Amino acid sequence: MTDTVLPAWALLPASLLLILGGICTLLGSVGLLRMKRFYDRMHPPSMGNTLGAGCVLIASMLISSALAHRPVIHELLITVFIVTTSPITAMLVMRAALHRQIARRDPPGKTDSG
Amino acid sequence: MKRTPWLLIIGLTLMWLLLTGSASPGQLLLGVAVSTLMTLGFRAVRPLHPHLRRPLSALRLFFRVAVDILKSNVAVARIVLGLTGKREVHSGFVDIPLELRDPHALATLATIVTSTPGTVWADLSSDDHVLTLHVLDLRDPQVTRDIIKHRYEHLLREIFE
Amino acid sequence: MNALFNFALGFAQLCFVLAMSCAAIRMIHGPRAQDRVLALDTLYINAMLTLLMLGMRTSTTFYFDIALLIALFGFVGSMALAKFLLRGEVIEP
Repeated sequence: MTDTVLPAWALLPASLLLILGGICTLLGSVGLLRMKRFYDRMHPPSMGNTLGAGCVLIASMLISSALAHRPVIHELLITVFIVTTSPITAMLVMRAALHRQIARRDPPGKTDSG
Repeated sequence: MKRTPWLLIIGLTLMWLLLTGSASPGQLLLGVAVSTLMTLGFRAVRPLHPHLRRPLSALRLFFRVAVDILKSNVAVARIVLGLTGKREVHSGFVDIPLELRDPHALATLATIVTSTPGTVWADLSSDDHVLTLHVLDLRDPQVTRDIIKHRYEHLLREIFE
Repeated sequence: MNALFNFALGFAQLCFVLAMSCAAIRMIHGPRAQDRVLALDTLYINAMLTLLMLGMRTSTTFYFDIALLIALFGFVGSMALAKFLLRGEVIEP
C-alpha cells in the first residue's frame, strides 16, 4: 500500500481511471471468452488495448508525477507502443484466420465454437 | 535532393529523452546524434517518404478518432454484456471501395479502423481498390461505408494527398 | 482519499486477474490456433497493465521498465506466431 500521503488532485482521478480501466479490460477479456465465433472474438480485446490501457497509463502518469513532484510522462512511451503495435497484431491474426479458413475450405458462416 | 524528415528526428529524440528520464545537455546531444544517424541511415531502406500536408487536419483527425474509440468502446461493452435489448447482433464482412492511394494514408486508416473496437481491417484487394472490413454490429453495410468514406477517408486525403 | 485509492487499486487488480484468467481459459481451450494467438495477445496486455498497477501500489518506478519490455517483446512474440500461422515460417528467405 502507499506509505506517503499523495495530494487529492492525483488520487481522485487516478482512482476513477483505475476503476474504469479495470472494468474495460475485464469486459474485453470476458468478450474474448464469451463470443461464439472467431471473427466476433477479434473485437472485444481491443477495448482493453485502447480504453483500458489508456486509463491505467494516465493514472500511472498522475501517480508518478505526484510522487516525483514534477511531471513524469514516460508512460507515453508505452502508450505509443501499444497504439502502434496492437492493431498490427490484430490485422495479422485476422489475415491468418482468413487464410486458414480458405485453406480448410470452411463454409463462411460456420460457427467456430466448441 | 531528398527532404530531411525533421519530424521523425524530433520524435526519436523526444523518445530518447523519455527513456533516459533526464533532459541534461549531454543526453540531448546524444539523442539528437543517434536519431539523426538512424533516420539518415534507414532512409535508404525505405524508398517512400510521407508528405504531411496539413498538420492541423491531423490534429482534427486525432480528436475525431479519440471520440469514436470512446463511443465504440461503450457500444462493444453493451454487446459483450448482452444489453442490446431484443435486437439480435449480426456480424459480417463489408466491402468498401476506396479512393485513397497513398500507402501512408492507407496504413493510417488501417490503424484507426483496427484500433476502434467493433471493426477490424481484414483485407485490401491487390489493386488497392476494395477494402474488406469485419464489423461486429453490422446493421446496414451502407452506413459503415458512409462512416469510413466521409468521416475518415475525406480527411486522410486532405492530410496526405 | 487514500482509502478510495487503495480500493481502486484492489478493484483494478481483481479485474486484471479475472481478465487474465479469461484469456488463459481461451488460450487453453482453443479451439483453433488463431484463438490461442489472440488470447496470448490479450494476456500480455493484461499482464503489462497489472505491472503498471503494481508500480502504483508500491510507489516505485521499477515496474515501468518491466512493463515497457513486456509491451515490446509481447508484440514481437504474438507477431511471430501470427506470421507463422499466415505463412508457415517466421523469417522468410
